[in-house]
Amino acid sequence: MSELPRLRPDVEPEIVPELDKEQRLTLIQRQAMELIPAETSALASAKSGYYELPMLKEPSWSWEIPLYLFVGGAAGASGVIGAVARLSGASPRLVRDARRIAFVGSLVSPVLLISDLGRPARFLAMLRVFKPQSPMSVGVWVLVAFSGGAAAANVGGWLKSHSSYAVLARLMQTAGDFGVLLFGLPLATYTGVLIGATVIPAWNRNISLLPTHFAASGLAASVGLLELMGHRSPALQALGMGAALAETGMGAAIELNPDPAVEPLKHGPSGWLIRVGGVLSGPIPLALRTISLFSKGNRAAKLRKYAAISFVVGSAITRAAWIHAGHVSARESRPA
Amino acid sequence: MSTTSAFLTDSTLCIGCKACEVACKEWNGVAADELVWSGLSYDNTLSLGARTWRHVKFVEGISEAGKGGNDPAGSPWNFSSDVCKHCETAGCLEACPTGALVRTEFESVYLQPDVCNGCGYCVVSCPFGVVEKDEEDGRAFKCTFCYDRQKAGLTPACAKVCPTESIQFGELEDLRERAKQRIAELKDRGIGDASVYDPVYSAVQGTHAIFIVRGDQKMYNLPPNPEVPTTYLRAGWTSAAIAAGAMLAGTLIAFLGAGGKRL
Repeated sequence: MSELPRLRPDVEPEIVPELDKEQRLTLIQRQAMELIPAETSALASAKSGYYELPMLKEPSWSWEIPLYLFVGGAAGASGVIGAVARLSGASPRLVRDARRIAFVGSLVSPVLLISDLGRPARFLAMLRVFKPQSPMSVGVWVLVAFSGGAAAANVGGWLKSHSSYAVLARLMQTAGDFGVLLFGLPLATYTGVLIGATVIPAWNRNISLLPTHFAASGLAASVGLLELMGHRSPALQALGMGAALAETGMGAAIELNPDPAVEPLKHGPSGWLIRVGGVLSGPIPLALRTISLFSKGNRAAKLRKYAAISFVVGSAITRAAWIHAGHVSARESRPA
Repeated sequence: MSTTSAFLTDSTLCIGCKACEVACKEWNGVAADELVWSGLSYDNTLSLGARTWRHVKFVEGISEAGKGGNDPAGSPWNFSSDVCKHCETAGCLEACPTGALVRTEFESVYLQPDVCNGCGYCVVSCPFGVVEKDEEDGRAFKCTFCYDRQKAGLTPACAKVCPTESIQFGELEDLRERAKQRIAELKDRGIGDASVYDPVYSAVQGTHAIFIVRGDQKMYNLPPNPEVPTTYLRAGWTSAAIAAGAMLAGTLIAFLGAGGKRL
C-alpha cells in the first residue's frame, strides 16, 4: 500500500487510511462536482430582480378565453352590422345572417367562459354584483344584455316570416336590434379594456390602442363571416376596407412602439404571432379588396372570398397572439 | 374606528428558518408544494402563490471574500419573508367581478373562497404577483392575514411562530414608527444600507405589509412603483367609446352610403 499525502507530516496519524476508501471519497467528490452547473447560478441584483424570477403572475386563462375574445368580438360587430343594415333597408337576408352570427356568438361565449371557469354556477357568481370599476364585471353584464337582445331580434325575425304575429314580431325585432346595437358596441370593444387594465406591461402600455384594435378586429371577423356566407354588398366591402385600413394602422403602431415593455409584441414567437395576425387582418385583405374593386365577376368574388378568409383567420390569431404576449410579458416582468 | 392590522417583516432579523411558511400551511390547511430543488440559494419555494402565502426569499448577492451575512459594509446574503401586501388600494379587490375579494374590519384584503369563481382577473391585477389560481381547485387563493385568528384576537400564525420577531404584527402606524426606529438603530450600528419598503407614494398608496431590507429593494422583487390597474380605466374606456363611435359611424356610412342597395 502506497503512502497517501498527509496534511500534517509532523503528526503521527492515529488511523492509517485505506487507499480504496480514499479513492471512493475522491470518486464521490468528482460526482458531486459534476452536479455544479457549468454557468454560475443566477444572483439577485437590482437589474434582474430576485434570481430573474418573474415579479408578476402569468394569466391563468385557458384556451377558451382567446377564443372568446374572437367570438365575442365577431358577435358584437355582427350585432351592430345587423341592426344598422335593417335600419338602412339592406337585404333582409343580410340582416338575418348578421343577427344569427350575433345570436350564435352570444350563446357560444358563455359556454366558453363556463368551460374556462369549470362549472356553470361559477359564471352565475358574476351576476350577483355589478362593479363598474371591474371591466370583467362590466363585460359579463354587457354579454348577458347582448344575448337578450340577440335572442329577441332573432325570435322576432323568425316570427315575422313564420307567423301572423306581425306587431309582436316587429316589436321584438326593434327592441332586439336596439339592445344588440347598444350592447354590441361595448361587447366588441370592452375586451381591450379588460386586458389593458391589468398589471401586465405588454397589455397596459397599449390601453389606448387595444379597444380600437379589438373593435377593428371584431368588425373584420364579422365582415369576413358574412362574406363567407355569400354576402357581397358594397357596404360590407366598404366596412371591410375600413377595418383592414384600421388594422394596418394598428400593426404599424405596434411595430413602431419603442417602449421596451412591449417587446413581446415584436420579438420572439409571440411577436411573430402578433405580426401574422396583423398582416392577415390588415395589409393582405386591404390589397385583395383593392384589387377586387378593379376586377370583374368571378375573379372579384374570389378575391373577396380570400380577403374574408384572411380576415377571420387574422382576427382569431390576433386574439390568441395578444394573450400569448401577455404570458411572455408576465414571465419577463422585473421590478422597475 | 377600525384598526389597521399590519405586518412588519424585518429581514435583518430573519434567520431563514421558514417556520412562517410551515405555520401558515398548517394553520390554514394549505396543501404542500411539490418539492423542487431550485438551485437558487436555499429557496425551493420560489414565489408566493395559491398554495404559498408566506415565502422566505434567500437574497444572495455577489459575495466578497471576508464579508459575511451580517457584515455592516454590505451583506451578500439576506433572508426576507414575503407575504401578500394587503394594499391600501388593492388591484385584485377592484378587479374581482364576484365580490369574493373584500376589505375586512382589520383593513386587510380577504378572498372569500366560497364566492370566488376562478375567473383569474385578480391574478393579472396584482402588482406583486401574489394571488394565483389553483389549477386543481379552480379558484384563486392568497394570504388571508389569518382573518379567523384575528377575529379571535390572535396573532397571525406566521408572526406567532417567528423565533426572532422578524415578523411583527400590530397596528400599521405603530409598525411604521417601529420600522423608522429600527432603521436608525441599524444605522447606529454601522448598517447603512437598510431601508423600509412601504410604497405610500405609488398607486397602491401604501401596503399593510411593510418590510425592512438591506441593499437594493429590487433584489427582493419589490417594485418601486406597484401599479393598480384601475388607473388605466379612464384611458381604456375613453378609447373604447371612441372605437365604438367609429364603428357605429363607419357602419352607418357604409350602409347608408350604399343607398340601401339590396345586394
